[in-house]
Amino acid sequence: MTQVNYFLTEEQQMIVDLARQIAKEKIIPVRARLDENNEFPWDIMRDIAQADLFGLYIPEQYGGFAKGCFENCLALEQLAYGCIAVTTTFAASALGGYPILLFGSEKQKARYLPDIASGKRLVAFGLTEANAGSDAAGIQTTAVEDGEHWVLNGTKQWITSGGEAEIYTIVAMTNKNKGARGATAYIVEKGDPGFSFGKKERKMGLNASSTTELIMNDCRIPKDRILGRNGQGFLIAMRTLDIARPGIGSIAVGLAQAALDEAVKYARQRIQFGQPIISFQALQHMLADMATNLEASRALVYSVARTIDDGKKDTAKISAMAKLFATDMSMRVTTDAVQILGGYGYMKSYPVEKMMRDAKILQIYEGTNQIMCNIIGQALNKEYAKK
Amino acid sequence: MNIVVCIKQVPNAKTVRYDTEKGTLVREGVEAIINPFDFHALEAGLHLKDAYGGEVTVLSMGPPQAENALRESLSLGADKGVLLSDRAFAGADTLATTYTLAKAIEKLGPVDLVLCGKQAIDGDTAQVGPGLAARLGLPYVTCVNALSVMDDEKTIQVRRINEDGYDILELEMPALLTVLASINTPRLPSLKGKMMARKTEIPIWDAEGIGAKPSMVGLTGSATRVVSTWVPTFEARREMFGGSAEEQVDALVSRLKAAGIL
Ligand SMILES: Cc1cc2nc3c(=O)[nH]c(=O)nc-3n(C[C@H](O)[C@H](O)[C@H](O)COP(=O)(O)OP(=O)(O)OC[C@H]3O[C@@H](n4cnc5c(N)ncnc54)[C@H](O)[C@@H]3O)c2cc1C
Repeated sequence: MTQVNYFLTEEQQMIVDLARQIAKEKIIPVRARLDENNEFPWDIMRDIAQADLFGLYIPEQYGGFAKGCFENCLALEQLAYGCIAVTTTFAASALGGYPILLFGSEKQKARYLPDIASGKRLVAFGLTEANAGSDAAGIQTTAVEDGEHWVLNGTKQWITSGGEAEIYTIVAMTNKNKGARGATAYIVEKGDPGFSFGKKERKMGLNASSTTELIMNDCRIPKDRILGRNGQGFLIAMRTLDIARPGIGSIAVGLAQAALDEAVKYARQRIQFGQPIISFQALQHMLADMATNLEASRALVYSVARTIDDGKKDTAKISAMAKLFATDMSMRVTTDAVQILGGYGYMKSYPVEKMMRDAKILQIYEGTNQIMCNIIGQALNKEYAKK
Repeated sequence: MNIVVCIKQVPNAKTVRYDTEKGTLVREGVEAIINPFDFHALEAGLHLKDAYGGEVTVLSMGPPQAENALRESLSLGADKGVLLSDRAFAGADTLATTYTLAKAIEKLGPVDLVLCGKQAIDGDTAQVGPGLAARLGLPYVTCVNALSVMDDEKTIQVRRINEDGYDILELEMPALLTVLASINTPRLPSLKGKMMARKTEIPIWDAEGIGAKPSMVGLTGSATRVVSTWVPTFEARREMFGGSAEEQVDALVSRLKAAGIL
């Protein structure tokens, strides 16, 4: 059967094959155990590192492959086919790495990017706080200059790879009076004085991913750890999220593909009323709907990622669309997959219950889907004002 | 350290089907893979290269498609691949195969270690490793599942698994080893490796190229002929004993005695 042709180059196909091989050989066999034990997937991170995938988006002079958002999306999709908790750990490293790549000084890039590209050190991105989620401008962590140092105080919440990552890009307020223009981004390293981690959260899903607090208690970092300029914190965070959001879309696509594959396989072999359940039109239509929406999501995510790689600025709207559409699709598809497997789907001995539990996070992190709608709506308002 | 790893492309046993009427494997549409044991031989070679430097050359005799197996090896980190391909090589048994491989290894130049898988999963003879060592005049150990290089970097210590346990043996390089799957976990390819593998040229050597005598290669050079192949049938019979437990035990004991088992 002909599949949609996305006209991948030979190199892009290699990335797909490699990431799929990791999912098949390294992730799928252990995903249930990782989920059950809330186990951080260090072995798999080393496999991904050895396969060179951490360096996809990083320039060659820092040991990377100088590929773009699209290639990163291709890798994310295939890894997510195996497990999105594992993939989130991989994705978070890029989320934390992009600020350094986009806004870091030459010295900072030379210092951090090679280790990030080789996967030697994981990165995390710390924006959210207990009282500042969607409303990121409400963060209360502060940074104050003190001679040759910056001193940070405050607590970040729900930070992916907290405690496991060694490099953290953190946004803190430097001037509360300036609101969104009063935030600044910093690089904080594990081991910096006054920097510690809260306990690991227990979650509905995404259990192989570590989610913790970052506690800064008079955390002193050298002056040269500031990222970009004073006051650029939110700009850096927003630019980073604009590039990263199609990645969440791809994770959603990979997850939905895995759920669809399980659902079709099962529906073909489960016999009820003397026939395979796939022969019931009700289920056929469900599967048709799942497959069609999945393909539409993939097409949108790929197109947005390629548009970003084309160097287009101001991609907030289309990035939000890619995240919104694909993650809502993924929630529906994984839920329907459980429905198609019936009671078996609800059991832990089949993989779809985990897929459904995991899927929910995609509609929440890196900006909730309501916030995605806000971004799209505000962009439309602006666009049409000009017409 | 100069290491040569011999690999064979084989049909994937998981997908292969058998034509019971013709008595042959249905090879059409069956995925070709690197013989699983050879993956471990390659990993052992790459591991030594990582630790001691040098080069890993992968050698395969087979049809032109066997180039894919060599490219896959390159993507894992092998430095060079050489394909031995010639119509004249077709139909080789282990005698002709070891001759051909030996000629190619001689052409490659001085080598410290030749690594093979314990056996190929299609032929299952386990003869090529030892045969090749004999041809090359090298000391060899089969069924190795651990390997270390001694401080002099000339002697290797290996663990050979046998039926009762294992032997620890030392041998001086150059040498040949055949390895078991339990020796290591093969690495994944890397993106860099895959990109390199695509660009690397893989020379194809024919009989003339390796200075092989036509009478010694392929079917002509083979001492064995496959006369016929068939799927062995297993006949299982079942007998139920009745009566009390004692009667059943007595019946069982006399049946086992009659069968010569007790
Ligand atoms: C597992 C996990 C991992 C995470 N990893 C990271 C990380 O690595 N780094 C990081 O910085 N953060 C991380 N987060 C935080 C995540 O990005 C936030 O949870 C998210 O942005 C939403 O914030 P909130 O949870 O405080 O929800 P709230 O902002 O309190 O939202 C609650 C509800 O109100 C809705 N809402 C809020 N404002 C509006 C509005 N203006 N219009 C319409 N609806 C609105 C929301 O959509 C949501 O439904 C993580 C979260 C989780 C659960």
